Amino acid sequence: MKKGLEGPPPEERPTPAGRRNKQGIRIDPEVEATHDPRRTVISALVEHEPGVLSDVSGLFSRRQFNIESLTVGPTEDDDRARMTIVVEEPDPGIDQVKKQLRKLVPVIAVRELEPDAMRRELALIKVDADDPAQIAAVAEMYGGKTVDSSPETATVEVTGARQKIEAAVETFSQFGIREISRTGTTALARGTDPTGTAGATAQPADEANHDEPYTADDD
Amino acid sequence: MSERAAKISPAEEEQDDDQITDSAAPDAAVEEDATSDSETTTEPVTSGAESVVRALENAGVEYAFGVQGGAIMPVYDALYHSDIDHVMMAHEQGAAHAADAYGIVSGEPGVCLATSGPGATNLVTGIADADMDSDPMLALTGQVPTEFVGNDAFQETDTTGVTTPITKDNTFASSSDTVGNDVSEAFALAREGRPGPTLVDLPKDVTNGETDREPDAPAVPDTYEVQERADEETVAAAAERIENADRPVMLLGGGVIKGEASEACREFAIEHEIPVVTTMPGIGSFPEDHELSLEMAGMHGTGYANMAITHCDTLIGIGTRFDDRLTGGIETFAPDAEVIHVDIDPAEISKNIYADYPLVGDAETVVEQLAEAVDDSPEAKKWRAQCQQWKSDYSMAYDAPKDKPVQPEFVVEALDEATDDDTIVTTGVGQHQMWACQYWTYTEPRTWVSSHGLGAMGYGLPSAIGARLAADDDQDVVCIDGDGSFLMTMQGLSVAVREDLDITVAVLNNEYIGMVRQWQDAFFEGRHAASDYGWMPEFDKLAEAFGAQGYRIDDYDDVADTVADAIAYDGPSVIDVHIDPDANVYPMVPSGGDNGQFALTEDQL
Ligand SMILES: Cc1ncc(C[n+]2csc(CCOP(=O)(O)OP(=O)(O)O)c2C)c(N)n1
Repeated sequence: MKKGLEGPPPEERPTPAGRRNKQGIRIDPEVEATHDPRRTVISALVEHEPGVLSDVSGLFSRRQFNIESLTVGPTEDDDRARMTIVVEEPDPGIDQVKKQLRKLVPVIAVRELEPDAMRRELALIKVDADDPAQIAAVAEMYGGKTVDSSPETATVEVTGARQKIEAAVETFSQFGIREISRTGTTALARGTDPTGTAGATAQPADEANHDEPYTADDD
Repeated sequence: MSERAAKISPAEEEQDDDQITDSAAPDAAVEEDATSDSETTTEPVTSGAESVVRALENAGVEYAFGVQGGAIMPVYDALYHSDIDHVMMAHEQGAAHAADAYGIVSGEPGVCLATSGPGATNLVTGIADADMDSDPMLALTGQVPTEFVGNDAFQETDTTGVTTPITKDNTFASSSDTVGNDVSEAFALAREGRPGPTLVDLPKDVTNGETDREPDAPAVPDTYEVQERADEETVAAAAERIENADRPVMLLGGGVIKGEASEACREFAIEHEIPVVTTMPGIGSFPEDHELSLEMAGMHGTGYANMAITHCDTLIGIGTRFDDRLTGGIETFAPDAEVIHVDIDPAEISKNIYADYPLVGDAETVVEQLAEAVDDSPEAKKWRAQCQQWKSDYSMAYDAPKDKPVQPEFVVEALDEATDDDTIVTTGVGQHQMWACQYWTYTEPRTWVSSHGLGAMGYGLPSAIGARLAADDDQDVVCIDGDGSFLMTMQGLSVAVREDLDITVAVLNNEYIGMVRQWQDAFFEGRHAASDYGWMPEFDKLAEAFGAQGYRIDDYDDVADTVADAIAYDGPSVIDVHIDPDANVYPMVPSGGDNGQFALTEDQL
């Protein structure tokens, strides 16, 4: 039998009273202990080059970030693309999403948008065309239009915020939905406020130098 | 004639290095390179491959580690006339580990080369290792010609796809004109900010293709920005916290060494008399023979380091990512401490442990900022006395009864005693690695070379090769390996012999996958499923077959003399040390456990 090391055994050692939560935050009445997930929109300006979409989507999957939608398309600058990413995470997770995105070399700017940002999604909804007049009426109600019709089907295009699309899908379901294709959210900040431009991450660390534990959003 | 014919003697090498380094000074204009009298830079570039090699020369690269192959041949052909010393390895995993260790010891990115497909996939373990440990490294991989890419051509692998999650950045080279700059940029990215591995995938048509474009000096792309100085207000707040601390501890991670902040941290700790613990990658950042040193914390850290970290009220973490092997269970990690976290990577802040005082910036710069801001040392006399008390309560001791097989700790201590303070230690992964942490007294940064975050068995010997080439001539390099780990990459001995590298390998041979056996004893009721080798080759004879010097240790009487002989031997030597097969590593914090509740014996687990 080996003797092993000397010293008081675990049960004879003092233990501190404190504890941390799963997010590594000290449990302290003044600091909120847990964070519920919230849905938010993150906009990333990236180099328009091969591989950047897989860099970003790979980052999300390997770090287990819960991604709702990711859209990507060209911008006013031929060399830049914009990705709009909707995530649902607790605040520390959202912070990590932003920081990890900024680490990718082809990523130029990352910003979490305010709740009032313009967010749009496009949906194509193909339904049974038993009642074309009624379909047209519903489409009009949602500011959409019929973009294709055949003796058996009608396809309607609707754009708007996620909730509106959801409501439209719900309403169209009365006609019998055959197929739906949705784009996911794309978004821009309001007014003169730039959503994200080159140089906008000049102080990528500012946000990490936080004094306040967690604010709802950093913009 | 082989490319080894171009090898230069050590004396010339030094001179030549200076030249290369001079021409690679950041402000040196490219034209100057072209007109400088250095032999390597007079010929104009004519192919993509030459441009790749020119980029490496501009960056001051001295060594490249690799294995030949069809897709990388043009680059090798261009290396043929270069002064860069190519070390032909026996396996690409070894090339990556050697490059990684070269990066750790020298601070400059180590370069490894491989061909497409299996060459590239063999590099993956070493790249992943460099990524986890933030080691500067540049991997260059051959690729099938662009027109075949995506067609599942012979020896094709989507190398950038495979390595995206394990590189800091990677690039698929698209043209002979730009490939040189791809390499320059990748080199610069590997060492800038938080270091890490970068990769450039080189399709054969791109390297074979004509170009007269000289690559630019290494520079990072302008989308990559690093903050050097931490926010002054947060520094001031952190400084106040330190001044008012009752129980302060500094926790030094690998970033301290990478950021050349060891000196600044030493001065800070000593001036303010703050006890210091390190993470495993942080070993060497603070002299372990100093009174304030509590050595390594974490799963197999010292009892005193773990007591201090558990009971401190102010934790100054520098260049650490709070890995779970360090923290144990998050809930019980330094539960009373306000955390000051210095890191160059903003994404490390509050990733695992919430930082009350986040200080983003270069470790050396930020520690200097802190030093400036802290006026009064914390009044922590009682705390320091407590730490010393823990040091004696939980001292690192072991029994070495003469009638039992040699204890591994004894061998580690004997090796330490037989060598100078600046000796570089490399290891495999397992129990032997932990004994090497615990029973060797490290005093200098860049002398501890190990696979921390990835924990890759097989790291020891190839990393000793890379470390040897980066080390000073009068520095010893000792590899403390396990029998299982050594078996994984021991073909590297052929390289060590061919290159005549002075390395001493001590294989702590327990004929077990020892660390696994330890866990099976503790948590699987002693069922030794696939952990008992039962038979091992005789490593001393195996060494001789490779052309290295072989030694064997069976009992205590052999230890001192054999160790002395092996260290004195000028060339690669292997000591097959037959240790107590039942020896286990303690203290131990079970995974996810409370650091303060470390076990001192198996019964306490
Ligand atoms: C490549 C790889 N495979 C498997 C493991 C899992 N593993 C961790 S320690 C260990 C045992 C190592 O045995 P050995 O090298 O003989 O060292 P010892 O623990 O006996 O000192 C194993 C198998 C690993 N770390 N790396």
